[in-house]
Order: sequence, then structure tokens, then C-alpha cells
Amino acid sequence: MSDKQRALEALARAQWRLALALTGAMMAIFFGFTLLVAWAKPLLTTQVVRGLSLGILLGAIVIVSAWVLIWVYVRWANRHYDRTVASLQEPGR
Amino acid sequence: MTTSLGHSHPAAIFWFFLFVAVTLGITFWAARRTRSTEHFYTAGRSVTGLQNGLALAGDYMSAASFLGIAGLVSLSGFDGLIYSIGFLVGWPVVMFLIAEPLRNLGRYTFADVVAYRLRQVPVRIAAAIGTLAVVTFYLIAQMVGAGNLIKLLFGIPYETAIVIVGIVMMAYVLFGGMLATTWVQIVKAALLISGAFVLAGLVLARFGGNPLALFAAASDRFGAQVLGPGQLVADPLDALSLGLALMFGTAGLPHILMRFYTVPDARTARTSVTYATAFIGVFYLLTFILGFGAMVIVGPDAIKAIDKGGNMAAPLLAEAVGGTGFLGFIAAVAFATILAVVAGLTLSGAAALSHDVWVNVVRGGQAPEREQFVVARVATLLGGVASVALGIVFKGENVAYMVGLAFAIAASANFPALLLSIFWRRFTTRGAQASMIVGTFSALLLIFLSPTIQVSVLGRASAPFPLKNPGLVTIPLSFLVGMLVSLLTPEREASERFAEVQRRVHLGPEAGAE
Repeated sequence: MSDKQRALEALARAQWRLALALTGAMMAIFFGFTLLVAWAKPLLTTQVVRGLSLGILLGAIVIVSAWVLIWVYVRWANRHYDRTVASLQEPGR
Repeated sequence: MTTSLGHSHPAAIFWFFLFVAVTLGITFWAARRTRSTEHFYTAGRSVTGLQNGLALAGDYMSAASFLGIAGLVSLSGFDGLIYSIGFLVGWPVVMFLIAEPLRNLGRYTFADVVAYRLRQVPVRIAAAIGTLAVVTFYLIAQMVGAGNLIKLLFGIPYETAIVIVGIVMMAYVLFGGMLATTWVQIVKAALLISGAFVLAGLVLARFGGNPLALFAAASDRFGAQVLGPGQLVADPLDALSLGLALMFGTAGLPHILMRFYTVPDARTARTSVTYATAFIGVFYLLTFILGFGAMVIVGPDAIKAIDKGGNMAAPLLAEAVGGTGFLGFIAAVAFATILAVVAGLTLSGAAALSHDVWVNVVRGGQAPEREQFVVARVATLLGGVASVALGIVFKGENVAYMVGLAFAIAASANFPALLLSIFWRRFTTRGAQASMIVGTFSALLLIFLSPTIQVSVLGRASAPFPLKNPGLVTIPLSFLVGMLVSLLTPEREASERFAEVQRRVHLGPEAGAE
């Protein structure tokens, strides 16, 4: 196996691990929220400040967390992934 | 409260004709650039990240999410928001697992990716079945919704409305291909998001610009329970099942997946998901304000008096805070929304019929360019006629479950095969076929046996299958069947060519063979 092939496989593994971890995080957040909705109705109805129930607050946090996870991925991809891809695309290595 | 809803108000007609005139102008411009099959399906792969982000948002934000969610919130409060949130969380999955590999591996349809290192004919047939099932159910829901909405908004007969949608949409796709469809989505997304912003702004102006004051008013008027979960999610398993279908269904919707072929490279695919998620997230956050705004300002009783399901909450709210002129604008935006979503769906259905079935199955991948281009347009015509016919056949039927069903099939038939073909070396032709077929038909069968059909549609007392959405069973089942069958039917070429897939996924199409 060439160095290039080895580097590509390492990159593929790193990408897969991060993708899986971030997908897992999104699932944990969303299904955590869903289970609270199903089981902790009174808790989610309590208002943190007037007008803002815990349910609405957590719902907005789920949406924001999707943005944050995407930001984490894009940052990694732009900084590390793209650079490695570019070095692997160079001919004659 | 009196409303001018249901009458052909001049403002609504003005905005609607303006939208149709502008989009047909775009189609005329696009038609002159659409001279090859490649252009017809991918807009020449020249769409930018921001443009594709808006177009993805346009394809995804259907009238159901604009009118339906606002309506649900206005009638039942917090419960409606669960949908807003569920529809967004599929996008990170698209980003992490699908968007970039899809762009690098395929050409026109997601079946290109699944079939890349497998035997073309069996995989293409199975993928076309999954695609057409998703597109058909999604289309029926959109067309029936369109007929009802346009009847309510403009007062024109159901069938006329369906035919108008069919003709205008076909003009976009037939002549302008993906380029026109993309720009229709962009215009529509911009209109929808700015319309929602203005509406939310007008609502908040009455509450000192503070959303919490609005929520507090809802809680004072209708009880604190409207700010918390009610009866929508009663059974946790039901909630998990629907959640799974929404989360993984987005990554299996053919018209969404097809959009990633319109950008020049994987990096732009990444940028477009970032923009799309931002736009869609902001829009769904605005539905919090629109829904509670309609509850407080219009009132649930006035909303139910017009439409039991609450679908007219947003238009009624627009009339209450912005007058009939603004109602006309929002009504036209809703119409535009339906047109754009239906155009995107038709194009992806046509791609499955012509590229997957005709070119790769019937003609063994060897059809001349001229023939491909003609077949693509014939398939579009068929799709358009079929969608009008389906809209008329299903008139008056309860089709609300069909969007959930489309997501369930997308998540169980398309997503597992797509994921396994990109990331799993030992995936085989038989495995892919089994996964897609089992995914499609188990979702169809379980939906039929579920309370969604048995109780809500057929009016029986109970259902043999307890969950309203089959995702919790059918998604794992499809993965399991795909993996088991693959392990039982090893395919040397498929595993040997995995290295090529890996190179192409990461290094781009130019790095395919070495």
C-alpha cells in the first residue's frame, strides 16, 4: 500500500469518526428533547422567566445546537480536511 | 371577525401574477441555456453555495411547514413546535454523512451513488421504486394541499387550482430544467423567509418587540399549558419513531439529494448545507412567533371557523396585522411555495424515470445524448400529468399522513442503501436491492396497518401495528437486511472497487480510477 493510499484511508477514518460522533450528538440532543416532551410535560411547562417555558427554551436550543454542530464540522473540514485532500490531490506523490 | 379570505382579492391576484410572470421570465432565460441532459438535470453544475442553500431551503419548506405548523401552534400551542424542530434536525445528518460524498460520486440521481460499484440494473430498479414511492406520496400531499389552499385563499375551484399548478410547474421544469427550477426555489425561499420576517415583525410590534411578552399573553389568555407539551406526543415510542423518520428521511429525499449535483464541487455542497440549515432554522424559529401570534391576535376559534385544521392561521394573521394587501402577498407566497416544491419533486421523479430506468436499465447505459434529453422531457410531462391526476383523484381524502409516509420511506428505503454504499466495503448488489425493497414495502405495509390509516382514515377502533409512524421498525430493519444479505452474497468486484469509491468520495470525481 502506498503512502498516499495510507494517508487517504486515515483521512477517511477521521472523517467517518467525526461524522458519526456529530450525528450521534444530534440524535442524543433531539431524542433527549423528544423524550422530555413525552415524559416530563409538567417540567417543560414551567416558565423560566415570564413567557418563556422550559419547553420553548429547550426547543430553540435544539435548533441552535444543530447550527453549532454544523459549525464544528465545517470548521474541521475547512481547516484540516480540505488541506489534506489538497495535498493528496497533488500529482506525483 | 370578517375576512376577505376565499375571495379573489386584487392584491392576492396581483402578487400571484407578478410571481408567475417573474418565474416564467426566468424559465425563458433558463430555457436558452438548457441545451443538454447535463444542464437539464444539474443546471450545468454552476450554482453557488448561497444560491443552492436558498434553493434547498425552497425545496424543503413546503406550504405544509409554513401554513401547517403555524396553524398547529395557533390551535394547540407548543405541540406544533415539535414539528418545527423535527424538520430541522435532519439537516446536520445530510451534512455529516451524505452531501459531499454524494456530490463526488454521482451525476444526476442518488441511485448513481448506490449503483457506483454494484450491478447497475437491479440497483437502479430498486432505487427507482424507492424514489418514485417517496415522490408520489409527497406529490399527492402537496397537490391536495394546493387544491384546498388555493380554493380557500383565492376562491377558485379545486380542480382549476390543481390544473394551474400543474401547467405552470410543468412550464418551469419542461423548458427551464434544473436551472429554472433552482431559481424558482430561490425566489420562493426569499419571498417566504422575508414574508415570515415581516409578519413576525408586525406581530412583535404589538408586544414591544419582545417574543416573551407574546408568549406570556398566550399563557394569560389560554392557560400556561399552551407553552408546554400537550397530547400530541403521548407515547414516547411514537415520538421516537416519528423523530427517526424526520431525522433520517431528509437525507433520503430524492429532490433534496438531487440539488447537490448542481454545485461545482464537494466544498460548495458543504457551504450550501450550511446556508440551508441557517435559513430553515431561522424560518422555523419564526414559526414560534407566527403560531403564537395567530393564537393571541386572531384566536383559535376564528381560525377553526375558516379551516378546522388551522391551515389558514398565517394568512388570517397577515390580514389582522397587515390588512388585505398583506394577506394577498402571503397568499401568493403560499401558492408560490407549493409551485416550487411540486416542480422540484417532478424533476427528481423525471430523473429517476429517464436516467435510472430508461437510460441505465432499458438502454443499458448506452443511450445517445439527444435521446436522453428527449426522454427526460417526456418523463417530466408524464410526471406533470400524473401529479394533476393524483391531485384530482385524492380530492377530499385525508392525505395529511402522506408527508410522514414519504419521510418514512425516504428514511427506510433510500438512506440506509446510500449510507452503506458510501461507507461499507462489503455492501453488495443483492444487499442494496434487499435493503431498498424491504425499506419501501415494510414502510408501506406498516403504515397501512398503523392507527394512521386504520383509525384516522378507515375509522376502525384499533390497529394491528401500534405506532403511527413505522420508522422505528423499518429503518433498523432496512439496515439489518442490507447488511445480512450483503454478508450472505459476497461480491468481489464490489469490495475491490471500494478503494476507488473512497478515493472519489474524498478526492473528487477526477481522482476516481487510478
